[in-house]
Amino acid sequence: MHTSDLILGEEDFQAIRSLISKLRSEANAKIVCLVDRNGQQIAGVGDLQTLDTTALASLAAGNVAATDSLARLIGEKDFTALYHEGEKDNLHISVVGGKVILVVIFDVRSSLGLVRLRVKRHSAELAAALERMRERSAKARSGKMGASPFADITDEDIDSLFGG
Amino acid sequence: MTFINYAAREINCKIVYYGPGLGGKTTNLKWIYGRSNPTSRGKLISLATETDRTLFFDFLPLDLGTIRGFRTRFHLYTVPGQVFYDASRKLILKGVDGVVFVADSQSARMEANLESLKNLQMNLKEQGYDLNKMPYVLQLNKRDTATAVPVEELKRRLGLRNEPVFEAVAQTGGGVFDTLKAIARMVLVELKKTA
Repeated sequence: MHTSDLILGEEDFQAIRSLISKLRSEANAKIVCLVDRNGQQIAGVGDLQTLDTTALASLAAGNVAATDSLARLIGEKDFTALYHEGEKDNLHISVVGGKVILVVIFDVRSSLGLVRLRVKRHSAELAAALERMRERSAKARSGKMGASPFADITDEDIDSLFGG
Repeated sequence: MTFINYAAREINCKIVYYGPGLGGKTTNLKWIYGRSNPTSRGKLISLATETDRTLFFDFLPLDLGTIRGFRTRFHLYTVPGQVFYDASRKLILKGVDGVVFVADSQSARMEANLESLKNLQMNLKEQGYDLNKMPYVLQLNKRDTATAVPVEELKRRLGLRNEPVFEAVAQTGGGVFDTLKAIARMVLVELKKTA
């Protein structure tokens, strides 16, 4: 069942992180997070201490999944972006390369127009970096990158997680 | 879909609690939340109606500890059990690594159990999964109720293969952690097999 496991290596992680950092600074945003469509957080930059990013990832993925279904229900392929406006903070959610969710949190120091513009500008580059990650992921799965650290997990290792 | 993050040295796995409405899926998660070390659990998120019926999903991230230098994190989800929420159930099954079926032992809920189990198999199949070939645990909940059907009969009617079966009373925690440990173990063993 693990044919589509996602494996994120150090090199890809740094490349992705640097791209979303650039986006954050150019968009004047507080936080930028990249989330897998199944709700796992891939990377995040900004003032992350103030936020439960695990919950954010899960809810953003749920939101996108529900919105996609709504789109199909009315005969649209998808809705490319979601925007939630708050009193202080706003949330811009978009899907990059059809596979990954980009969440941008911003306040009055930025604007929806600026965020949209910057997201659009960086999306292609981000999609390319994610594609490289996927290719590497596939290679790792087929064993071309060396053995997975989990190949030799023992029953004792698993037992130890549960206190023996 | 297990997510292995080498940079953060983390493995993330997704477990979904499935079953008929009011069967105790959310109660399982609430018990796990209440009895886990606050440092190893995240927030329990419930997208529920005003009357506490699950509307979209419940979500609980749980850190089980370190294995070979990797933090092992499980994301526990429940689905809404009510029949008409099928579109939401399909969404939540995306990328699932292991399933717990929470059956309601009360005799009046037998048909609902069977219908939900069939629905689970169908929804998984739509996404290319085969319940017979993936980590799967059957929990027989509400064993304390007056009309609880005998375990052997439930096993015969709901059992799919030689899946681990646990008797539970989720309200008071009976069988909840045994179920969780069993499914977590199966997911990790599967990870080892496919590594």
